[in-house]
Amino acid sequence: MGEAAHRYDETLPLEYRTQESRLNILGFWIFLGAEVALFATLFATYLVLFQRTGSGPTAGELFEVQDVLIETLLLLTSSFTCGLAIFEMRRGRISGLIAWLLVTLLLGAGFITFEIREFIHYVHEGATMQTSAFLSSFFVLVGTHGAHVSVGIGWMILIIIQLLQRGFTPKTARKVFIVSLYWHFLDVVWIFIFTLVYLLGMVI
Amino acid sequence: MKWSEFFVTGEPLIYAADVAIVLTMVGIVFVLTYFKKWKWLWNEWLTTVDHKKIGVMYIICAVLMLFRGGVDALLMRAQLTAPNMKFLDAQHYNEIFTTHGTIMILFMAMPFIIGLMNIVVPLQIGARDVAFPYLNALSFWLFFFGALLFNISFVIGGSPDAGWTAYFPLAGNEFSHGVGNNYYAVALQISGIGTLMTGINFLVTILKMRAPGMTLMRMPMFTWTILITCVLIIFAFPVLTVALALMTFDRVFGTQFFTMANGGMSMLWANLFWIWGHPEVYIVILPSFGIFSEVVSTFAQKRLFGYKAMVGSIVGIAFLSFIVWVHHFFTMGAGPAVNSAFSITTMAIAIPTGVKIFNWLFTIRKGKIRFTTAMLWSLAFIPNFVIGGVTGVMLAMAAADYQYHNSYFLIAHFHYVLIAGTVFACFAGLHYWYPKMFGHILNERLGKWTFWLFMIGFNVCFFPMYFLGLMGMTRRMYTYSAGLGWTPLNVVATVGAVLMGIGFIVLCYNIYYSARYGERDMTGDPWNGRTLEWATASPPVHYNFPVTPVVEDVDAYWVMKKKYGGFHVKEEDLKPIHMPSNSGRPFWMSVAFFVAGFGLVFKWFALAIVGALFIVLGLILRSFEDDDGYHIPVDEIKRMERAARKGA
Amino acid sequence: MKWARWRAVLVLPFLFLFGGCVERTAVLNPQGPVARMQYDLIMWSVGFMLFIIVVVFTLFAVFLIRYREKPENAGYEPPDEEGNTLLEVVWTAIPILIVAALAVPTVKATFALEKPPTEKVKPITIHVTAANWKWIFSYPEENIETVNYVHIPAGVPVKFKLTSVGPMNSFWVPELGGQKYAMDGMETELILQADKPGSYMGRSANFSGEKFAHMEFEVVAQTGTDFRKWVNEVKQTAPKLDEKKYTQILKPGLVGRMTFSNTHLQWIDHAKQNSHHADGKPMKNDDQSDEAMTNSHHHGE
Repeated sequence: MGEAAHRYDETLPLEYRTQESRLNILGFWIFLGAEVALFATLFATYLVLFQRTGSGPTAGELFEVQDVLIETLLLLTSSFTCGLAIFEMRRGRISGLIAWLLVTLLLGAGFITFEIREFIHYVHEGATMQTSAFLSSFFVLVGTHGAHVSVGIGWMILIIIQLLQRGFTPKTARKVFIVSLYWHFLDVVWIFIFTLVYLLGMVI
Repeated sequence: MKWSEFFVTGEPLIYAADVAIVLTMVGIVFVLTYFKKWKWLWNEWLTTVDHKKIGVMYIICAVLMLFRGGVDALLMRAQLTAPNMKFLDAQHYNEIFTTHGTIMILFMAMPFIIGLMNIVVPLQIGARDVAFPYLNALSFWLFFFGALLFNISFVIGGSPDAGWTAYFPLAGNEFSHGVGNNYYAVALQISGIGTLMTGINFLVTILKMRAPGMTLMRMPMFTWTILITCVLIIFAFPVLTVALALMTFDRVFGTQFFTMANGGMSMLWANLFWIWGHPEVYIVILPSFGIFSEVVSTFAQKRLFGYKAMVGSIVGIAFLSFIVWVHHFFTMGAGPAVNSAFSITTMAIAIPTGVKIFNWLFTIRKGKIRFTTAMLWSLAFIPNFVIGGVTGVMLAMAAADYQYHNSYFLIAHFHYVLIAGTVFACFAGLHYWYPKMFGHILNERLGKWTFWLFMIGFNVCFFPMYFLGLMGMTRRMYTYSAGLGWTPLNVVATVGAVLMGIGFIVLCYNIYYSARYGERDMTGDPWNGRTLEWATASPPVHYNFPVTPVVEDVDAYWVMKKKYGGFHVKEEDLKPIHMPSNSGRPFWMSVAFFVAGFGLVFKWFALAIVGALFIVLGLILRSFEDDDGYHIPVDEIKRMERAARKGA
Repeated sequence: MKWARWRAVLVLPFLFLFGGCVERTAVLNPQGPVARMQYDLIMWSVGFMLFIIVVVFTLFAVFLIRYREKPENAGYEPPDEEGNTLLEVVWTAIPILIVAALAVPTVKATFALEKPPTEKVKPITIHVTAANWKWIFSYPEENIETVNYVHIPAGVPVKFKLTSVGPMNSFWVPELGGQKYAMDGMETELILQADKPGSYMGRSANFSGEKFAHMEFEVVAQTGTDFRKWVNEVKQTAPKLDEKKYTQILKPGLVGRMTFSNTHLQWIDHAKQNSHHADGKPMKNDDQSDEAMTNSHHHGE
């Protein structure tokens, strides 16, 4: 900390202006590095186990194409709207920022709703986490992503409240920026889930 | 669940432990109340975000855990002293070696290293604190309550008994019915999250908060090793997080990851465990290399030889540590091509390690060696670690490993690298930085007694084990029959273990003795040190440096002393210092983790959910918190500087 | 001088150690071509390791003695040397050479161990099933089964096909050669051979639960004729194994030696499937046929 913490640099975007913000943003990038390692491990586990279906259904028999496509559409769009939110923040328009954040989190909530629907559907078909190694790894991988999205929604709500209370400050701007990093990251993870879990599962 | 299953019963040892635990707790409560210290405990320690105090708490826990793990070790040695001993039964022995391994690695070596890095790294880079002080407190308390959860398994519910590697299917529901391995999964998870956050915290700290002039290639070697260690933590610990989560799912929610039916695959656990586990041993060994580098350079009174090669070799070791994990199970039958590849990568680690050994030797050469206790530990490291290292190369040879694997040869090897590497380093670092932590020096005479007892005991204990392994003794046997010829060497090993135990007792006495009678360090620089931590007072004022020092070379403080006669602060240069505020939230959030974890262990989901809700509450409160810390006014700094520098 | 005295104290326990405590058994007493290949490899590596130890210890001792602080050198100021590129190259290159000298024979041996040591004699196959806490040996060609001991013909390569009903174990007969894991739902192969008739102790080297320490078995190597005689005797005198008896044997616990004139392989091969209930009862083959298809995972091939 020290003087450095309050070294204020006007030339930078709002979220980067204080030393504390710069530390937080770097720290969050590194955290995302750890998240990459975490999801990589879950993907590796899934790829090792996905053909070990025991007496349960295989991926090809199980997956619901329609729900997954809707989920993908919702999440990809939400990543775009999240980008628009940051764009509005850079232009200094708080109402636009909040509006796009709201759209983002509604799309995220839609994603979660469809994902839960998809899961419930599988469970009704008798495909639970306990059925086979394939399903255990499927539910844990996709569920971990879903849990991340849910946390992201809650987090975004907290930040919107803070924006309403405090307006633009280096601190709120930094929080918006970090949650947007998180949101884009989850989008990238979903692209991998879509290809390596759903597409691969329907092909093989 | 019946109460009789809740509390571990039926063993006089356990009842004695129960009584001891209750008495200790009553004693602590009484002392705190009698001396009216509750408030002090809360304000000064439980809510602190000061990296130095957090470091001290880590080290206190590590020493306590060294005691616990050491008692486990002595119990095992007692049981193995003679064939067919009836001192411990099989189940008991299995629990003890499991907790010994887990505690020594995760709750002794890790916190000892993390404690030292907490105390030293910000001082070495000329920073006032770490990048995220609040997160740092949370890391510590998560570690603390993870360790506590693991340790209460001893009296509540039963300890894990499938080895510290917890291989499936043995550790799965099929063969392990109690809650022991739930404790393993959940407690390690909680403290592992804390470790991951420490890794991120210190990586940002070292990358962003170095004093002006301290380029990467002017960083002290200890800081370098911590930087690389953080990278290892960030990429290795998420693997453990996942592995333990899958274990928890299997054991608590009945999934099929590592089970024997419905497609489960136990080998996957072994792979995940060691993909984390191998980098993990480097996470505890690289900082040790850093400590030895600092101590050897200081007491040889000479710059570290081959600084660039030293940096290059730690980077090389860190990289290799991720591509060797299969050597932990060459005998799984992955095929000769796979085994050969991993043999070669493993042996390759010897190359950068060898470079380091020779650079330390050439640091000593032409030096002027002062045999302080810290230096003795560091010097003893070299020959002992070389023995552990060369036997490690032998183990890396797949075809030969089929004969060493899981035998006492392996036990001897990893104790030679982990004790001579990490434990010696912890002791060296403890003696070296003790004045920085507490303002007085650990008594050198008692320190040398500890050193000789422990070091000789260590060799007497573990050297025979190489031969026991070659004579066919496998690890984790709770007993063996007479007539195998193993008895004499086992007796020798037990004698060594007792010597190590006596060494530890002398160390504890030394801590007490030095606190009362030890030489006070008034200079802040008792060893004629070379790096910036010695430019502060002993112990440093909580803001560390009144003004940020400027660095001109690797041995920043050494150069300051040569050029300017020390680190001088002009009072007119002082500016108000910004410091972070204390917070009780890391503490109670970690309590919530403990509660949630306990609920998960016993499948009391209501309790787990209550704990989880409090964790979420803590996160929300943190998000809304608008505390930017406080500023120390210049007059206050002047006053504190004069007080701290009284003796200088 | 003080340091020399300290070193003497250090050396004492080792002298005591080498004087009679170490017996040439197990790994140090190879009794077949596999164990001998490993023994030779070990000894080859020990040579290099001793060389490294001697070099490091010598430098260490010399530097410590020469450069310690003493009253005579009170005014000595150590030089401010940063390093020496030539030396760095030397102590990088030499370890690389040593690693290469170890890697080549290691890779050769690692590949060689997967094949029978001799081509001249036809190997025999014995299936090994580890269970809590006993070893079951099935001879598919001879159609006999033993528990906790195994007879093999000397001079003939033996292909042990390893599997387990339950926790992972490791099949180790140190005098005949290195170990390999026995795992549930998998099959690993370990080839061993005894030079001459004799009795060799084997044990599980991987922790598998409470009574793991008692998982010992005897390998009895016999001449070809004696082995044939033993097989015939077993076929004529030993009782038949049925599923009920087999289930009983699999129950967690210790059992003595047993001999049967048929094998359990005719109704179950644990290597071929995830085949286990928690109570140690094997499932029927037909119950699991689907699973056997997807889960058979032959390892080490």
